[in-house]
Amino acid sequence: MLDSTPKELKERRFGVINPAKTCQPLGAMYAALGLHRCLPHSHGSQGCCSYHRMHLTRHFRDPIMASTSSFTEGSSIFGGAANLKTAIRNVFEIYNPDIVAIHTTCLSETIGDDLPSFLGTIDIPAGKRIIHANTPSYAGSHITGFSSMTRAMVDYFAEASLPEKKEQVNVLPGFVNPGDMREIKRIVRTMGLEPILFPDTAGVVDAPMTGQFSMYPEGGARVEKIIDAGNSRYTLALGLFASSDPAMLLERKCGVEEILLKTPIGIKATDNLLMALRFGFLREISPELAEERGQLVDIMTDTHFHFHGKKVALFGDPDIVSALTEFLLSLGMQPVHVLTGTPGKAFENEVGTMLEEAGIRGRVKAGGDLFEFHQWIKNEPVDLLIGNTYGKYIARAEDIPFVRMGFPNLDRSVHSYLPVVGYKGAMRIIEMVSNALLDRVDRDALDEDFELVM
Amino acid sequence: MRAGKETGMPIAERFESIGRKGRQKKTLRCGADSLAGSVSQRACVYCGARVVLNPVTDAVHLVHGPIGCAVYTWDIRGSLSSDAELYRSSFSTDLKERDVVFGGEEKLTRAIDQLVEKYHPPVVFVYSTCIVGVIGDDLEAVCKSASRRHAIEVIPVESTGFSGNKADGYRAACDVLMRVIASGQREREEAGESGSSSRDELAINYLGDFNLAGEAWIIRDYFREIGIPVNTVFTGDSTYESIRGAGRARLNIMQCAGSMNYLAGKMEEQFGIPCLQVSFVGLTDTADSLRRVAAFLGDEKICWRAEELIARESEKVKPLIREYRRKMKGKKAAIYVGGGFKAISLVRQFGELGIDVVMVGTQTGRKEEYETLFDLASEGTVILDDANPSELEKFMVEEGADLLVGGVKERPLAYKLGVAFIDHNHDRKHPLSGFTGAVNFAGEVYTTLFSPVWKFTRGGEVWENGGYSYGRASC
Ligand code: SF4
Ligand code: SF4
Repeated sequence: MLDSTPKELKERRFGVINPAKTCQPLGAMYAALGLHRCLPHSHGSQGCCSYHRMHLTRHFRDPIMASTSSFTEGSSIFGGAANLKTAIRNVFEIYNPDIVAIHTTCLSETIGDDLPSFLGTIDIPAGKRIIHANTPSYAGSHITGFSSMTRAMVDYFAEASLPEKKEQVNVLPGFVNPGDMREIKRIVRTMGLEPILFPDTAGVVDAPMTGQFSMYPEGGARVEKIIDAGNSRYTLALGLFASSDPAMLLERKCGVEEILLKTPIGIKATDNLLMALRFGFLREISPELAEERGQLVDIMTDTHFHFHGKKVALFGDPDIVSALTEFLLSLGMQPVHVLTGTPGKAFENEVGTMLEEAGIRGRVKAGGDLFEFHQWIKNEPVDLLIGNTYGKYIARAEDIPFVRMGFPNLDRSVHSYLPVVGYKGAMRIIEMVSNALLDRVDRDALDEDFELVM
Repeated sequence: MRAGKETGMPIAERFESIGRKGRQKKTLRCGADSLAGSVSQRACVYCGARVVLNPVTDAVHLVHGPIGCAVYTWDIRGSLSSDAELYRSSFSTDLKERDVVFGGEEKLTRAIDQLVEKYHPPVVFVYSTCIVGVIGDDLEAVCKSASRRHAIEVIPVESTGFSGNKADGYRAACDVLMRVIASGQREREEAGESGSSSRDELAINYLGDFNLAGEAWIIRDYFREIGIPVNTVFTGDSTYESIRGAGRARLNIMQCAGSMNYLAGKMEEQFGIPCLQVSFVGLTDTADSLRRVAAFLGDEKICWRAEELIARESEKVKPLIREYRRKMKGKKAAIYVGGGFKAISLVRQFGELGIDVVMVGTQTGRKEEYETLFDLASEGTVILDDANPSELEKFMVEEGADLLVGGVKERPLAYKLGVAFIDHNHDRKHPLSGFTGAVNFAGEVYTTLFSPVWKFTRGGEVWENGGYSYGRASC
């Protein structure tokens, strides 16, 4: 029996059982892949780097390239300066990236390696760039790491070089799939604006098959664009946890006003994204998007009775889960257990308030683990579970319909190519959720109750 | 941009780790640390230790460190259990800033207490990670006192990641196993059943099979049929108790030498249990291994039954293999796996299938193994140690490989090149051991080599030539 979770809730204060987050460097590595011709570099032992690449490879089913400083016993005593120097020389010589994005690991952080001062002593070949972010995993999560590397892009690149701001918009998409990044760009373009979206992993971790292996596929945000981001009128920071910090820096550094929004999952969050563009740039909502919204509402009407009152447990990364909670509420569902592994009171407040306004008494937790989450479900059963691949143990143990969403998805494919954001993404979520619920109804129906039309 | 051309030639430091059969040297530089700045495919000490110990199904595997190290090893090994499932949960002390400054011993102690109270495991393995090595927690002391408190074994695993490579992790795990075996042995001695008289004269231990996709079960059944009981498997589908009883066996047989050589040596030294190297990869090696084990135990009936089993199973599978061989003959394979011994067996197995091996590399192969590979390989085969992706790409393309055998990180690389792929690592889905496994293997190779998908992989040419192009590996 795979279920080894007892029902009794007892306070556990030491350690984690079945984590709902992972470590900072993984997020930093993923963000770095969203720069064109960038090689992420892991400053630490080779083991961490190998694990992060493996995990990302399993989710995206694409080669994930990153180099490592390959710490040894010696470097952990004397510091990693020498390793970094050799590493950087080798990286440019062998792999020839345009940018190297260095992140630290627990080890280099613990021994106190001072990256900025190391970098000061390194000769960077002409036309090449290095950026860095500090990503100790004993704080935050992979989302924090993603945010820090995005912040590093602002810090190193963005410049306000014009007296007036341009009619252009920066978009920080947060830790989402390349399929989502593509969709966000499409939406902004449909509104008649050219977005500067970064990090942008579209075309990098979902690059098409060409019969050739390329270290640096065609995709990724261009540095010139990020430099120019300092001249934009607004930055849309999608997701408090992943995007607010870099957007704030952009505002401080270059005076680009930050508009903080939810990850545009579901109808309300997508509406808000469009409204921000509309009022920020005085654009009309494009007929194409208005049509999509109309279709979405049509679908929601057609199917609302499938969802109403159904209890849902959901977990995953904070920005995604928060936005998804909002959407589930619009569908009339009851998100009664909501958890993220990333620590942060803001999550509990945000989600807690939504539930309270909807009159739902649910459990909300940031910095939790799946052991506890499973216990909640045992104590208050639900009709549907939404989360990343690790949810499958719980779904099996409790026999609950399960929809996979978020990172990582290690056991299903195609997910990284298709969006969950925007009106189209919302349609896709409805399709996934109602398929899961109705397949279950069909499976469990007695012969006499088995229906053709549902 | 043309693929990988920016990566050009391997740099000078790597020359000694790459060779070609027929030219120059007969050995490779191996076991060296990866170059700083390389996109190495290698893992760490912790990874090695975890790989070996993870299949101990009823243990609590507690990772003392920050969260990531535990996440990346949560139930990813595919080793099957016939009973306990505790090993498939992920336990971490999730060290925080505070612990890094003030030490994590207190937190570790509490975590052990809570886990023992919750799960009542017979044993707890506490893995150290890189930062534990730096902050200097005294794992040994914490474990010792926890052990006394709970009257179970709580064993530290010295797996600080930077202190070597995966092979050092294997050794750390073997030290832990040795500790458990020795304690079982001591107890039996105290109970009066000591020395070689307490041995089961026919029983063997099977070392270096992690029961991926149930492989150890296949081998165990072979031995059971010919009258040899398998006492303990290291470590596929093992339990604390089964490991404690390992001293009872008359003989150790070892498949994955990379991970188990050290343990076999120790067991020989301390309990006088000899060791035979075996391999159940491919028909030839499987038959040969069964024969050698039977002969070693020197019982005529057993030898005879072994011959019977080999004859029957070979009869069963040979026509199938012959058919696959007919279809696949002349295809070219590249191999990049963890250990040298597996690489050797795979070269032989491809031989059985009529497939030429054009490149073979390992992450942790030993000097002797590379020598064997040089002997075994056909002229011109590229042989390399600790390859990076651009080297793999370069040689696969140059040598025109149709197929790559590798692990999780190599799969998408192969696919991007339009090259077929087989996972011979923890993501394997079918057992690849023994006679049954040889057929599964041939079947998997066939499926991937002859998939219609390769007809579509050369996207651009379709438009240019006005029809479908055919990938290198198509039928
Ligand atoms: S910290 Fe050390 S032990 Fe953990 S994954 Fe990295 S190299 Fe391995
Ligand atoms: S040591 Fe830190 S960076 Fe490395 S895998 Fe573990 S948690 Fe992640």
